[in-house]
Amino acid sequence: MKKFKEWLRDWDEGTFDFTIDTAAAGNEESTVSESFEKTALTDLENREFRLFSRAFPITAVILASVMIVFLLSAVMRLPAFGSPHTPPAESVTIQRYIENGLSETGAINIVAGVILDYRAFDTLGESHVLFAAAAAVFILMASARRRPESPRDQAILRDDPILRNTTKVLVPIILLFGLYVIFNGHLGPGGGFSGGSIIGGGLIMYEMSYGPTRLQRVLNLKTYKITVLVSLLFYSIAKCYSFFCGANSLHTIFGPGTPGRIFSAGLILPLNMVVGIVVSCTLYGFYALFMREQI
Amino acid sequence: MSFCLNFPLFLIVLSLISAVLCIILPGKAARYVALSLALLSAVLNAVILFYVYPRNISVTYLMGHYPHPWGNELRISAMEALFSSAFSAILVLCLLGGSAQLREKVQAELSPYFYVMTCLIQAALLALVYTNDVFTGYVFIEICTLSSCGILMIRKNGRTTLASVRYMIFSLVGSGLFLFGVIFLYNITGELLMPNIRAAVLTLWTSGEYKVPLLTAMCLMTLGLSIKSGLFPFHIWMADTYGTAIPGASAILSGLISKGYIFFLIKLIFDVFGVDVFYASGIHNVLFVFGVIGIIIGSVSAIRENNILRMIAFSSAAQIGYVYMGIGMSAGAGITAALFQMLTHAATKPALFLSAGTMTNAMGNAKKFRNLQGAGYVTPVAGLAFTFESFSMIGVPLTMGFMCKYLFGTAAFEAAPLKMIPTLIALSVSTILNTMYFSRTVIRIYRHPIANGHEREKTRVSYALAAVVFIVVNLFFGVFGKSFIDALGNCVTIF
Repeated sequence: MKKFKEWLRDWDEGTFDFTIDTAAAGNEESTVSESFEKTALTDLENREFRLFSRAFPITAVILASVMIVFLLSAVMRLPAFGSPHTPPAESVTIQRYIENGLSETGAINIVAGVILDYRAFDTLGESHVLFAAAAAVFILMASARRRPESPRDQAILRDDPILRNTTKVLVPIILLFGLYVIFNGHLGPGGGFSGGSIIGGGLIMYEMSYGPTRLQRVLNLKTYKITVLVSLLFYSIAKCYSFFCGANSLHTIFGPGTPGRIFSAGLILPLNMVVGIVVSCTLYGFYALFMREQI
Repeated sequence: MSFCLNFPLFLIVLSLISAVLCIILPGKAARYVALSLALLSAVLNAVILFYVYPRNISVTYLMGHYPHPWGNELRISAMEALFSSAFSAILVLCLLGGSAQLREKVQAELSPYFYVMTCLIQAALLALVYTNDVFTGYVFIEICTLSSCGILMIRKNGRTTLASVRYMIFSLVGSGLFLFGVIFLYNITGELLMPNIRAAVLTLWTSGEYKVPLLTAMCLMTLGLSIKSGLFPFHIWMADTYGTAIPGASAILSGLISKGYIFFLIKLIFDVFGVDVFYASGIHNVLFVFGVIGIIIGSVSAIRENNILRMIAFSSAAQIGYVYMGIGMSAGAGITAALFQMLTHAATKPALFLSAGTMTNAMGNAKKFRNLQGAGYVTPVAGLAFTFESFSMIGVPLTMGFMCKYLFGTAAFEAAPLKMIPTLIALSVSTILNTMYFSRTVIRIYRHPIANGHEREKTRVSYALAAVVFIVVNLFFGVFGKSFIDALGNCVTIF
């Protein structure tokens, strides 16, 4: 009973060594401490850690094997890949996409018709996933103060004539090709996601060989934000209008047009452009933030 | 079609637009945008609720010109309207109560990004609640994941970053499993819209064709969502995450995001798997077992904790266990209890996090109990709110927590005896454990007035408002909850 009372008092005081409680009493984490608190490991913690490091690989292997067996056995029983008699291939949805896709959306590329017209709400979400990812990376990496140039930067930015001359030739072609892929997204294979990643790759390549200063004349944080803002605003508002008309059975001003022409397929071309801008900005933003902590 | 049925579309698009707008606004303006947006969403969703509920209807809303099954759809019924209204209202309170801490602990140039993330979270929650399409659900789960990582790591602190990376890994595993599940389901049914999948699943289940892939899909989707919402044993990210993030972020994460995932799971059970198939598959038994274990383990871990925020986090794990216990119990009373528990927890836990955050802040960032002595006198409103919400967590009569435990108790008596006994044991044990750790905290914060020479802090109006609203709402539903629960039961039947 006495022991229980002591235990109860310790628990209440918070001194009982149940937990890994090593930080000194007065030295709790400071508000903007940017480094980890260095605390010595207690015996209990050491014991727990050793046990954990021994048990973890075994448990992980067992769990992973169970999961693999489970998933493989399910995959083996799925309809055969590529067979014409699978449920997706036989569903009315796919049939209508293939048979009426052209006349309803005006897009020769059925995929573009599906993702930007039939299932445009998903794609609206997807482009905001990209936005959310870029904003999250900005939160993680952005620092107000300018990082001093590290040897790594100098190593990257050394004046390499082969790299710079190749870039000089390649980057315009890459950017043009990206634009081609975006603008022909409704006419053939391509679209905003693929074209945008090509353009993003071109921008990254340019910055890698010439350094940020030249690119920043056109693409600094302010223009970056405004570009993303305008494109996503256009996307949301245009699609909101189109969803609203669709749900209330109103006529929209965006018709399918003449399939095969560059200005056809209603909203698909402008939406491909918007998606292209957002994708390229996101890719470039990731690179810039991870390399030098600012855009 | 009545005009108010357009509101979900407008609100989702408006939230996305405001999220994008907030990146160019200064922190204060972004705060007003996010606050007024959440308030607007709460009001408009309440309007939808009062339009839909008396008519007892469930409407599908086309997202585009293409009808069933070619385009995306939203579905609007009383349950969806109720939950999105509640989520938005709680988001308003979290933003009100958490803004002071945000100003103090986050670099000024990053604070608009907090509101970017909350607008995205609101859009994602609304879309998750209203969607009638599994893949749309996945897309907005992704937005939810990314933006919740964003609000966590906005506090630039080594531990917070570490915790949010851990949270991100768990959460991404959950999303990945969910996506696998969607792929499996699409492969064997060829549909993405919820009612179509349900019809196909029922046919497959009765014919016995593709039984293993079907079960796998159901398991993977349930597993993915339960990892993301923090069911035992996947609750271990909670303590670090909630213990180190700013209180506003912990409040949003525990009160809204995990509830959004669970609501989507319940929607899947009703609209995708079908209640009969799901409760014949046996997955609910697994959820029940882990829910019960989670209740006990969560409470025991909370007792062992010396850090107030981590203690509340572990108590969250226990409360999530209750929800899954309810889902696992039965389709009628059990799910109703689980839904009411979700609302209760969403109305209680944010208040606890915000009050605990205010108290620790007033005591000079002290999170250990011994340093919190007398915090109830330094910050009277936070102390009062903490005490009241603790009572609600314990389940003192006249609070929502009591109604919850009462509902679980009555649901248990309707369930099979094999589930009744564990439920009752878990309820009683967890009530005792809850009482232990919450009373310890409450006694601690009211012991020895004004310890360590701390002056009485001036209470911020926005925080005080949020705390009072939390208390009033809790009391209101605790006292007049019976008719509300009957209405909730009605909603479940037409869900």
